[in-house]
Amino acid sequence: MGVAVLLKQVPDTTAKISVSGSRVDESAITKWSISPYDEYALESAIALKESGADELVAITCGPQRASKCLTEAAAVGADRLIHIVTDADFMDSCAVQSILSSAIERSECDIVLCGKQAADTNSGSTGPGVASLLGYSCVGSVTEVSMDGGKLSATRLGATGLERIEVSGPCLFTFDKGEVELRRPNVRGIMMAKKKPIESIGIEELGIEIGSPRASLQSHSSPPEKPPGQKFEGAGSIEIVVGKLRDEANVI
Amino acid sequence: MDITIISEASNESLHPVTAQLVGAASSIGGQISVICPGGVGSPEAAKIAGVSKVISVEGDCFDSYDCMAWSNAIVPFMDGDLVLTSSSAIGREVSSAIAAKKGFPVVQDITSLNDGISVSRSIFSGKAIEEVEVSLPCALSVRANTFQPAEGGGNAEISTVNVSQEVSVAVKEALAKAGERLDVAEADIVISGGRGMGDPSNFSHLYEVAEEIGAAVGASRAAVDTWEEIPHSMQVGQTGKTVTPSLYIAVGISGAIQHLAGMRSSKYILAINKDPEAPIFGVADYGIVATWEESIPALKEHLSAIVSD
Repeated sequence: MGVAVLLKQVPDTTAKISVSGSRVDESAITKWSISPYDEYALESAIALKESGADELVAITCGPQRASKCLTEAAAVGADRLIHIVTDADFMDSCAVQSILSSAIERSECDIVLCGKQAADTNSGSTGPGVASLLGYSCVGSVTEVSMDGGKLSATRLGATGLERIEVSGPCLFTFDKGEVELRRPNVRGIMMAKKKPIESIGIEELGIEIGSPRASLQSHSSPPEKPPGQKFEGAGSIEIVVGKLRDEANVI
Repeated sequence: MDITIISEASNESLHPVTAQLVGAASSIGGQISVICPGGVGSPEAAKIAGVSKVISVEGDCFDSYDCMAWSNAIVPFMDGDLVLTSSSAIGREVSSAIAAKKGFPVVQDITSLNDGISVSRSIFSGKAIEEVEVSLPCALSVRANTFQPAEGGGNAEISTVNVSQEVSVAVKEALAKAGERLDVAEADIVISGGRGMGDPSNFSHLYEVAEEIGAAVGASRAAVDTWEEIPHSMQVGQTGKTVTPSLYIAVGISGAIQHLAGMRSSKYILAINKDPEAPIFGVADYGIVATWEESIPALKEHLSAIVSD
């Protein structure tokens, strides 16, 4: 069984996001990283490979700079790297999902891992959407996946608490932040990864039909600025502030 | 335009966000039907004003949660051009799966909805806002507490359908019960602690205040990463939860950019920190420069005096 992990490159979570001309100013972003929840998916994918999965395929979709995520994945153990190259600054869920499912079909993997949502769009549509298109099962918000023979078992945060589930057949798992420590690549891994070829594929080479956009970005804007607040010195001011919470803010 | 709402359940009854979904749907008109997965809350859904029919979709497949089984069971009963769910974890998954099955686009966690259809939503966990135009038919998930709930007094007809669906996800073992405590993403008041609390055991003081005012207790990423006693489910910020309560109280949190992103849209923010230069004061409506040791007992005393009034 092959394992595919979907990685998205996003501005590092420490990045300041500025808006210029009704678009987020990407040129002001100095550091791009693998989306944090995807890193947990990658970690678990490596663990699955160590416990007997055949091949670990890392897949990303994005501009040229996104290939860095794949090299990082190779440095910790990804065997095959697939980059669907596009410069589109906004794609609707239909387009993203059909591109990624087509890439997964190419990889021939029947276990797919990804983050529960990306740190830029904060959506969470990709995992369940891709699973639907592929006809796979989908288990969301997992923190661990293990494989015993052909059987997959996972820990997920369900509505009633943390539970262990088993799933049969091909499945996509979306990852939450777990207790697992993320591994860092060693020097040898980094050197090997630099030499690992990346299959760069244009969307038109996938042989899929992407119709006209069904959702389009109108504008980005900065959140409304707050007027400066009132500042007080010392715990003795608590009584005054609590009074203001009641009388000014009306929240208590 | 016909609108299908997939209701949200909470402890075997209807979650209040369902009335907010009806409120959002009513703002753009059309016939509104509500699908209740597993039949949970259908009598309550029928009483929401503006709902014209309730479909109680029942079957063994709803005994535990399997995203695909639920979605497959629900799809045949949707007849709207617009499908609305809550943006809870389950709401997002089900709306995505349903949208993909139907070939609809999906936009998650919207905070405004206008004719057209134009929606806005926060991105980068609140560091920016995007406005998106979506063509019908489509699916949207809606952030809780951003739309006025529809009122009661409705009397919609309930039809019950029995379905059977193949389930591929089996729950084998419950490992830990969800906390009885309020979730930070849903609470109207949140009190969060950071590494400035010094020790995880000191969070008990925050719980005491929370109890007085019915608040949920949250934490900064620094606190969650430093102390294993503080679970990730409490984390507010870019790799945790984005919260928009009426009141957010930050105690001993310096205000890293990722944390500010997750809580800056709260209606009112009270920050307590001993460092007058802490960035958290930049977003606070009320800032108090003091240690938590001095402030929390006073906060508890004065809040409890108001609450018991």
